[in-house]
Amino acid sequence: MNGRERSARELIDATLARIENVEPQVGAYLSVLEREARERADALDKRIAAGERFPLAGVPLAVKDNLVLEGTVTTCGSRMLERWVAPYTASAVQSMLSAGAIPVGKANMDEFAMGSSCENSALGVTRNPYDLERVPGGSSGGSAASVAAHEATIALGSDTGGSIREPAAFCNLVGFKPTYGRISRYGLIAFASSLDQIGPLTRTVEDAALAYDAMAGFDPMDSTSVDRAVEPTAGALREDLRGVRIGVVKQFDTHKLGADIDDVYDRALHDLEALGAEIVEVELPTADYGLATYYLIAPAECSSNLARFDGVRYGLRVDGADVAEMNERSRAAGFGPEVKRRILIGTYALSSGYYDAYYVRAQKARTLVARDFAKAFESCDLIAAPAASSPAFRFKSKSDPYSMYLMDYYTIPMSLAGLPALSVPCGWVTPEDGKRPMPLGLQLTAPLFAERPLLAAAHAYERATTHAAKHPTQIAEVAR
Amino acid sequence: MKYEAVIGIECHVELKTASKMFCGCANRFGAEPNTLICPVCLGMPGALPVPNAAAIEYMIRAGLAFQAAIPEYSKFDRKNYFYPDMPKNYQISQYDMPLTQGGVVRYWLEDGTLRECRLTRIHLEEDTGKSTHAGSGDGRIAGSSYSLVDFNRAGVPLMECVSEPDLRSAEEAVGFLEMLRRTLMAIGVSDVKMEEGSLRCDANVSIRPVGSEAYGTKTEIKNMNSFRSVRRAIESEIARQSAMLDAGERIVQETLGWDEANGTTISMRSKELAHDYRYFPDPDLVPMEITQERVAAVRAKMPPLPIERFERYTREYGFNVKQATQLIDAPEIADFFDRSVTVSKQPQQTQNFVLGDLSRLANESGTPIQQSPVTPEHLGELVALVESKTINSKIAKELLARMWAGEGSPKSIVEREGLAQTSDPAAVARFVDEVLAANAASVEEYRAGKTNVFGFLVGAVMKSSRGKADPAAVNALLRERLGG
Repeated sequence: MNGRERSARELIDATLARIENVEPQVGAYLSVLEREARERADALDKRIAAGERFPLAGVPLAVKDNLVLEGTVTTCGSRMLERWVAPYTASAVQSMLSAGAIPVGKANMDEFAMGSSCENSALGVTRNPYDLERVPGGSSGGSAASVAAHEATIALGSDTGGSIREPAAFCNLVGFKPTYGRISRYGLIAFASSLDQIGPLTRTVEDAALAYDAMAGFDPMDSTSVDRAVEPTAGALREDLRGVRIGVVKQFDTHKLGADIDDVYDRALHDLEALGAEIVEVELPTADYGLATYYLIAPAECSSNLARFDGVRYGLRVDGADVAEMNERSRAAGFGPEVKRRILIGTYALSSGYYDAYYVRAQKARTLVARDFAKAFESCDLIAAPAASSPAFRFKSKSDPYSMYLMDYYTIPMSLAGLPALSVPCGWVTPEDGKRPMPLGLQLTAPLFAERPLLAAAHAYERATTHAAKHPTQIAEVAR
Repeated sequence: MKYEAVIGIECHVELKTASKMFCGCANRFGAEPNTLICPVCLGMPGALPVPNAAAIEYMIRAGLAFQAAIPEYSKFDRKNYFYPDMPKNYQISQYDMPLTQGGVVRYWLEDGTLRECRLTRIHLEEDTGKSTHAGSGDGRIAGSSYSLVDFNRAGVPLMECVSEPDLRSAEEAVGFLEMLRRTLMAIGVSDVKMEEGSLRCDANVSIRPVGSEAYGTKTEIKNMNSFRSVRRAIESEIARQSAMLDAGERIVQETLGWDEANGTTISMRSKELAHDYRYFPDPDLVPMEITQERVAAVRAKMPPLPIERFERYTREYGFNVKQATQLIDAPEIADFFDRSVTVSKQPQQTQNFVLGDLSRLANESGTPIQQSPVTPEHLGELVALVESKTINSKIAKELLARMWAGEGSPKSIVEREGLAQTSDPAAVARFVDEVLAANAASVEEYRAGKTNVFGFLVGAVMKSSRGKADPAAVNALLRERLGG
C-alpha cells in the first residue's frame, strides 16, 4: 500500500463493494462505516502522498462492536446500547488507526461477548461463510465472518474464555489472544475485566503479528496493561520448528471428539514434528476445573460491570414510577436471556454467605490452573491443543447453555492463566449433519509474554500446510 | 439512672488533589454542573480507572499523622449497589485491605485536658455525584417530578475515617472532630469544609449505665452540617435515649436525621435495609504495594502536627490553652513562630511579637504572614536583641518597622547605626554629665525638692543618647550625681 500499487481509497472502495455484495448472506456487520471509511482512506492517501508511511496502510479493518470508536454506534450486540454513540475511541482501535488501518464496520457479536456462536446477538444473525447454515462461532463471530468472507483483512475481537480462538477455528482463520495486559482494554466494553483481552482475527499469522505489533504495549489509561517492552513479532517469524518442544496435554483427550477430528489433530502433530519440533506429553491436572472456575469468576465480574446499564445516563431507558422501577424495566428490556443468566449467577456468587464458597474458591482454583501451566512449561516451549470442542455447528443446535459453554473447554484454562494463545487452521472435517467440510483450529499456547515464539511457530506451521488457503465457496455461488 | 454515652464517629473527607481519584478531571468545588467530567468518571462503557498517586500519598500522610499502621499491600474493592448518582452502580472503595489500619487521634478539650480516640481504619474511595430533585417545592425526592444529577463530584477522592467507640460525650466528639479537621488541614490533604461537603460525618450513639461494660443499642445520626449541630445532635440523642431507658422503653437500632431547626433527631426510615454490597477486589485495578521507602519519603516531608505543637507550646513554652490553640489554628503564623523561636529561644516574647506587632504590620498592609518581608529568623534575632538588652523595646518597635520596609536583619541595622544600648558606665556618665551641665536650672529645682524634674532629666539623657543608653544605668547614675 505504501508502495502505491493501489491507493487506500481503491482498496476501501473494493472492500465496501464486497461488503455490499456478500453482507446479505453473511451478516458480519451491525453497522458499515461507508462514509467514514472513504474519508479516512482519502486522508490517508494524502498523507502517504506527502511521504508518510504506515505499517497497515489502508488495511480494511472490522471492529468488534464492543470496542468504542468515537462518533459511531457501539452496541455490544445488545438492545441496551442499540443507539448509543461512543464519545471516545478505544486505545487499541486508536493504535490500529495510527498504523493506517481503516475501520469499515462494527462486527456482530454475542451480546456483551457472552456466547460461543454469535446467536446471542440481539441485533442480527451472522452466518459462517463456509456453510451459511452454521454459526460463525463467538463471541467474536462477526469479526471472524467478516475476514473469512473477505469483507475485511483484519478484524479486532475480544477473548474472555475463547471468544477469538473459537470463531477463528470455525471460520478457518488465525485468531490470536495475547497475554492478559499486553493490549490496553481502555475502550473495550467489559464483560469480565480480569479475563478480557483484545486480539486480531486474520487470514495469516503474519497479519496477526502486524496487528499485534501495532496494538501491544503499555497504556497509561489501563492500569492492568503491562509496562514491559514489546519486541516486534512480524520480523521474527520462522519457517521451521527445530529445537521447539511442543507439549500435548494428557488431560485433553482428542479421541472423545470423534475419529475424524482426532485424525486431524494427529496429522497436525505429525506436521509439527516434521518441521523439527519435539512432541512431549505434559499434564494439566486442574484443567478440568477450568470451566467451573470460569463460570464463577466471569459472571461475578460481569454482574458488577454491567450494573452501569441502568437507563440513567445512556442506553435504553424504559420509564417507571421511580428510579428503581425505571432501572428494573430498562434492564429487563435491554438485556437478553444469557446476559441475565450470567448477571444472576454472578450476583449469587458474590453474595454474602456464598462469596467464600464460590468466588474465593474459584480464585484459588484459578491460581492452581496457572500453576499447572507454569509447571508444564518447564518441559515444553508451547502447548498444542484443539481450539474448540467441535467444528462450527448448525444454528439452534445448542439450546442447553451448558452444551454451549463446553465449546470453550480447551480455551478457558489459558484465559484463566492469562496466557498468550492462538488458533491456526489445521484441517477439515465434514460434520455428520452437513455436506460441506468445516475447518478445525489448532490452538498453540505459550508462556506469559512469549508472543514472539508463539507467532513464529504458528507461522512455520501455516507455511508448511495448506489448510488456510481454502476460501469459502458457498457465498460466491450464491452471490454470483 | 446515671448513664454513660458511647460514641463513635464515621467521617468522609474529600481530598484536595488537583485531579479526581481515577481520571484526569479537575477536582474543584463550585463549577457549573457537569463540566468536570469525562468517560471515566461518568462510568461510560469501556472506560477504566487509573489511581491518583497523590491521593495515595495523602492517605499515607494521614496514616502517619495518626500513628496508624500502613500495610505493605493494599487494594481497591468494588462496593456494589444501585444509586442514580453513582455512575457505575458500584463504588470503588476498600474493603479488607485499607491503606491505613488502626491509629489514634489525640485531642484536647477546652480546658486543655488531653484525650485519645482510637481509629479503626482510614480507607480511600471515590465520591458520588449529587442529585437535585425538582418539582416537589422543597427539594426532597418525595413528590418530585424529576431529578437532575451533577457528576462534577463523582470520582473525587474521598477518605473514609472510622473511629472506635471511644468517645464519651458530645464535647469529646467535637474535640475529636476539631482535631481531625486541624490535623488534616495541617498536613495539607483537605480543606475539610463542612459547608462545602468536604467533611461529612455521622455519629453512632448508645448509652449504658455508668460502670457497665456492655454496649447499649446504638443509633446512627446523619445530616449534621456543623460542629455545633454535631454537639447538639449528640446531646439531644443522649437525652432521648436516657429518657427512653428511664421510662423502661427499648432503644431501636435505626438511622436518625438531625433536624437543625427543631433541635431533634428524627427517624429517617425504620425499615432497615440489610444491604449486601457484594464487595470483591476491583479487577480493573492492580493491588498496591506501599514500600517502606515510599512511607519514609512521605514521613520526611511531614509538617509539624497540631498535637505536637500543642504539647510543646503548653508544656515547654508554658502557653495557656487559648494561646496555644490560637497559634496552632493559624498554621502559617505557627510556622513563622516556630522558626523565630528557634533563633530567639524566647517563646513568650516571640509570641508577643508575632501575634502583636508583626501581625499588625501584616494586617495593615494586607500581606499574608508567610510573605512577610521580615523573615522568621530576623524576627527571632530581634527578640534576642531585646532579651540580651542590646536594644530596648522602644528601639525594637522602630527596628521592626524598618525591617518590614526591607532594611534587612536587625543586627546589621543596629551595628550600622550604632543603636546598641549601652550600659558602659563611662558612656552613660558622658551622656548624664552633658545633660546635667546643660540643664543647671533643673538640677537646682531638683535639689530644692522639686523631684518631679527627675523624669525630665532621664528623658533628656535618653534623647541625647538617641535611646541607646540603658535606662536603668541612667537612672542609677542620675540619682548618684544629684545626691540621692
